[in-house]
Amino acid sequence: MPSFVTQIPPISSSNGTEGNTSQSSRVLNFGAPEQSLEFRAGVYNSTSLTNQAAHSDLQFGIYEKMLQGQNRSNQVSNSGGNREAWLDSNMANGSPHTDTSNEMDADDRIQNYDMDPSDPFIASGSGDRHREKFPEQKTLRRLAQNREAARKSRLRKKAYVQQLENSRLKLTQLEQEVQRARKQGVVISNSGDQSQPNGGNGSLAFVAEYSRWLEEQSKHITELRTAVTAHKSDGELRSLVETAASHFNDIFRLKRTAAKADVFHIIYGMWTSPAERCFMWIGGFRSSELLKLLVSHLEPLTEQQLASIDHLQQTSLQAEEALSQGMDALQQSLAETLASDAPVVPAGSSGMANYMGQMAMAMGKLGSLENFLRQADHLREKTLQQMHTILTTRQSARALLAINDYFSRLRALSTLWLARPQE
Amino acid sequence: MDRVKDLASKKAAVIFTKSSCCRCHSIKALFYDLGASPSIHEVDHDPDMERALRRLGCNPSVPAVFVGGKYIGSAKDIISLHLDGSLKKKLIDARAIWF
Repeated sequence: MPSFVTQIPPISSSNGTEGNTSQSSRVLNFGAPEQSLEFRAGVYNSTSLTNQAAHSDLQFGIYEKMLQGQNRSNQVSNSGGNREAWLDSNMANGSPHTDTSNEMDADDRIQNYDMDPSDPFIASGSGDRHREKFPEQKTLRRLAQNREAARKSRLRKKAYVQQLENSRLKLTQLEQEVQRARKQGVVISNSGDQSQPNGGNGSLAFVAEYSRWLEEQSKHITELRTAVTAHKSDGELRSLVETAASHFNDIFRLKRTAAKADVFHIIYGMWTSPAERCFMWIGGFRSSELLKLLVSHLEPLTEQQLASIDHLQQTSLQAEEALSQGMDALQQSLAETLASDAPVVPAGSSGMANYMGQMAMAMGKLGSLENFLRQADHLREKTLQQMHTILTTRQSARALLAINDYFSRLRALSTLWLARPQE
Repeated sequence: MDRVKDLASKKAAVIFTKSSCCRCHSIKALFYDLGASPSIHEVDHDPDMERALRRLGCNPSVPAVFVGGKYIGSAKDIISLHLDGSLKKKLIDARAIWF
C-alpha cells in the first residue's frame, strides 16, 4: 500500500514538524535529556530562532496554565496524549505561529525528549532539530523561571492579603474599645479631634495616672484580701492596712494637682465611670453614704464603736450639707453676676468695660470651685482617717476591702451598661 | 487688731466673712446646722479689719472663726475639727451650744 510512506511522519522540515516527529514514541527514546540540551547549546547560534523562542514564550505562557493540570498527571506515562491535546488546542486557537514545537509543554519536553545519538531519526535531522530544540532550552529555562516567579508572587500576595485582613480585624476591635472608653468619658485624644475640649494635657495626664492608681490599688487590695482570708495576725495585717489606706489617699493628692489644670474635669467626675458619676458629690463619693454602707460589713461592732461610727456619719453629713450650701451659694452668685444688668464698674465706662468687669468677677467666683473640691476631698480623707481610728485592724482591713468592692462593682456595672445591646 | 479681738469676745461663736466668699457660706451653714448662732461680721468694705485678721495669722483672712474669743481656724480647719468632734466640744465649752 502506498500509504506506508505517509505513515512515517516527516522529520526534517524546520517548521512545525518537530511536534509531529516527537509524537511518535517509537522514534524517541525517553532517555537522557541532559546530554541533548548541552549538545544543542553548543551548536545553536542563530538569532532568528531566539526571536521565535521569545515569541513562543509568550504564547506558551497562555497555554501553560491550561496544561499544568494535565501535565502533572500525565508526565511520566503518556506524554503523547498531552501533546496531542495541546496541539489540538493550539490549532483551535488559530495560532499564527507555525513553529509549534516551541509551544509544547516544557515539562513534557524535558521529561520525554529523546536524545539518543544513535537513533537514526535524530542523527539525520540533528542540525535542524538542534536549531529548533535549542531555543527551547533557553525557553524552557525561562519558562521554568517564570513559573517559579509566578508561584512565589502568588504566595506573597496571599500572605499580604492575610496580613491585611488581620490588621483590619484588629483595627475594628480597637475602634470599638475607643468608642466604649469615650462613652465612659475617658478623654481619648484624636489628632484633629477637637470635639472634647477637656483642658488638654492636664486631663489626659490625670486619666493615665488614675488608671495606674486603680491598678496599684487592685494589687494592694488583693494582698489584703489574701491576708484576711488566711486569718493572718493583727501585726501582719496592720502594715498591709496602712499601705492600702495611704495608697487610697494618694488619689486625693492626684486630684488636687489635676484640679489645678482642669477643675471641671475633676469636679464633675469625667474621669470616673458613668455609674460612679451618678452618685458623685463635688468630685467624689459622699463620706456619710459610704459609712452607712460599710456598717454592715464591719460587724460585729462594740456599742462604743457603733456610737462613734454613727456620730462620725452624722458629722460628716453636716459638713457635707455645709459644703453643698456653699456650692449652691456659689452657683447663685455666679448666675447673678452673669445676669446682672447693672454696671459693675463706675458709671461712665464703656459697655465693654462693664462686660469685662462682669467676666472678671465671674472668673473669680469660678476660681472658688477648686477650693470646694479641695474641701470636699479633705472631708473624705478626714472621714476615712477618723473611721480607721475607731475600728480595729481587722475591721479596717474589711472596710478597705468593702470600699474597693463597692466601687469595682459600680465600674463593672458601667461597663455592662455601656456594652448592652442597643437597637 | 483690737477691734477684731473686741468683736471676737462679744459672743461665743464669731465668724468674720465676706459676702462674695462661698467658703464662708459653707462654714456659716455648718454652724447654723449645729445650732450655734454665730455672730457674722462682713469685712467686704473694711480693708483695715481684713489686714488685722491677717496679722493675727488668719490665712486665708476669711472665714475667720473665733470660738470663746479664740481663733480656731479657717474653713479647712473647721471641717477637720468638726470631724474629730473637737469643734462641738469647743462650742459646748464656750456655751455656744448645749448638746
